[in-house]
Amino acid sequence: MIYLDYQATTPLAPEVTTAMTAVMDHYGNPNSAHRIGRIAAADVALARDRVMAALGRDEGRLIFTSGATEALNMAIIGAARAAPAGRRRIVTLATEHPAVLDTVLSLRHAGFEPVILPVERDGLVDPDIAEAAVDDRVALLAVMQVNNEIGVIQSIDHLLGIANTWGVRTLCDAVQGFGRLPTPDADMIAVTAHKIHGPKGVGALWLRDGSDLPPLMHGGGQEAGLRPGTLSPMLCAGFGVAAQLAVERRAGDLAHVEALWTRARDLFADWSVNGSIPQRYHGNLSIRRAGLDAARLISQVRTVALSLGSACASGSGRPSHVLKAIGLKDDEARGALRMGFGRYTRIEQLEEAAALINEAAAMQRAAA
Amino acid sequence: MKSRVYLDHAASAPLLDAAREAMLDGFALWANPSSPHASGRAARAQLEDARRRIAAALDWQGHILFTSGASEALAMAIGQTTSATVLASATEHDAVLRHVPEAHRLAVDAGGHALLPDEIAPGTLVAIQHVNSETGMIQPLDALAERLHAAGARLLADCSQSAGKLPLPQAADLIVLSAHKLGGPIGIGALLVRDLALIRPAGGQEQGYRAGTEAMPLARGFAAALEALRDWLADVAQWRVALDEAIIRAGGVVVAGDGPRLPTIGSYRMPGVSAQAQLIRFDMAGIAVSAGSACSSGSLRTSHVLAAMGWDESAASQVIRVSMGPETRPADIDAFLAQWQAIATDMRSR
Repeated sequence: MIYLDYQATTPLAPEVTTAMTAVMDHYGNPNSAHRIGRIAAADVALARDRVMAALGRDEGRLIFTSGATEALNMAIIGAARAAPAGRRRIVTLATEHPAVLDTVLSLRHAGFEPVILPVERDGLVDPDIAEAAVDDRVALLAVMQVNNEIGVIQSIDHLLGIANTWGVRTLCDAVQGFGRLPTPDADMIAVTAHKIHGPKGVGALWLRDGSDLPPLMHGGGQEAGLRPGTLSPMLCAGFGVAAQLAVERRAGDLAHVEALWTRARDLFADWSVNGSIPQRYHGNLSIRRAGLDAARLISQVRTVALSLGSACASGSGRPSHVLKAIGLKDDEARGALRMGFGRYTRIEQLEEAAALINEAAAMQRAAA
Repeated sequence: MKSRVYLDHAASAPLLDAAREAMLDGFALWANPSSPHASGRAARAQLEDARRRIAAALDWQGHILFTSGASEALAMAIGQTTSATVLASATEHDAVLRHVPEAHRLAVDAGGHALLPDEIAPGTLVAIQHVNSETGMIQPLDALAERLHAAGARLLADCSQSAGKLPLPQAADLIVLSAHKLGGPIGIGALLVRDLALIRPAGGQEQGYRAGTEAMPLARGFAAALEALRDWLADVAQWRVALDEAIIRAGGVVVAGDGPRLPTIGSYRMPGVSAQAQLIRFDMAGIAVSAGSACSSGSLRTSHVLAAMGWDESAASQVIRVSMGPETRPADIDAFLAQWQAIATDMRSR
């Protein structure tokens, strides 16, 4: 199996498996006051430092969660609940992950007005539109750094600047960019371990100092009362090592991704690329071909792991909201494939996959 | 690590070998279980296999929704409930109580038994834990469920402490589980739902009732832990009875000692000696026990459980909890008892 679905999840790094195996027997509850509990707490503390370092932050708080979805829910619902009465709008983009979009839309019932900004054909929001939407009636601006379907890197610094002018709180879904790109200067940042070769089941929300949130869930008072539930030293340690590896291997990983990208562009030269080409994370290649039935192609190319859009929506058969948002017509979106590659992808694998994909596409065309 | 005596299984139990093996195998299939390609489907197959095995181990016919743990499962059961009113017994875990206003709490008697009000509106959701995490006291859930169902109400049973040790309260409508209390990994739990109409949908995973990429290796560890043999329970039950008697002989008090309790938990008051002082001495002697639940053991709050049972603050502040597991040996209990007697003698003579 050739795995080209790095935006859905990434292979577990062997170093991470080793670290988790080593910590599996630290069985204490990190909240227990006795020595065995403190050993577990030390694992969590070390992991927290490593994730903070990978984020490039030495201030603020890092709250461990079960993943990015929970971190994003906590940030959005918390920011809404903490917002002053005059701020009842929540601004986000049409291309956000459902963990953001659905949560923002759900706040309608709590009296908030979702403001969903459109994007251009390149996947980027028009700065004038953003400027017009953000003012002192806005409680939160939530923007994704790197899009999970089309890899487009949003002009996030500019958007955060607009929000700062109006005193608007900011949240960045940095899941895909974490460990790869510089961390945006948002008030809240959501990340997850399994997109950087760490385990599933752990993520984090970083909060700037002074950026307080009411908790989403209640319980034992863990994570400074912000997030209940016993933390897993094993998962935290896996996340910590994955974050540390991302830092140590950043230059090498990025160079490798660049080489893969360059080769992939050649291999898929006669396909159209979805979204901006220059402003993009090169570990993602979302492409399309007129008249193609991509779902059929994926089921034909059985030895390559590919996707249509995000994994979450893959099973649903819904057309991708991201491809729609960048203005693709339904039949164009139907011909779109997402490929993601990175640290453990070999050039030969990419070449082999491209041969299979191009062959299947050609056969579809011949049959048509 | 065995050189230390670990008697805090109710806070978190050591990972069972079978659970460790199951997770290590699971790590090899790291694809996203929601991906439709072959790698994703292989991970999905393992996830669903774990779900089926958990259902079989518990003899549960309803739905099983995986969560990140019991706190999240409780938050889901209450936060996504379709019931208009939620009541909870006053001795529930904080993960329940923080979601339920003071006025909606059910009193308990001196033995910790939840007292149902005479009138319960149809459709009300009532949260009563199976086993109290601090005292080990067992609520008669089948009888309570019968009364609740007669009134058209529903039972939410927090079985974090009892699952894998006592039969599941099959009459409950919603059941909460935590893997790490029964030898599985930390970071996964489940909400068992008899009828999905009892909760509102939210999110794209877990049949549309939870959002977030599924942690398949943890689910496998959970299933393996539940399937493990419980042949050690009978021994532990005997040792606990003997320990209760020895503590009483030494001048201690067994909390909730009159009713049925989980065989793995003992809760003891040492009159005149604060739990804090006891814990320091036990820890110095290499014995890990706790005062109340781990979550609050960092803080010095008095136990809300003992307060609800009518204990005054000073007596309640002298209670510690011992909790045993499969690797507990008589020598561990002996070490604890000897230390308990030493502390009691020592502190009294001051």
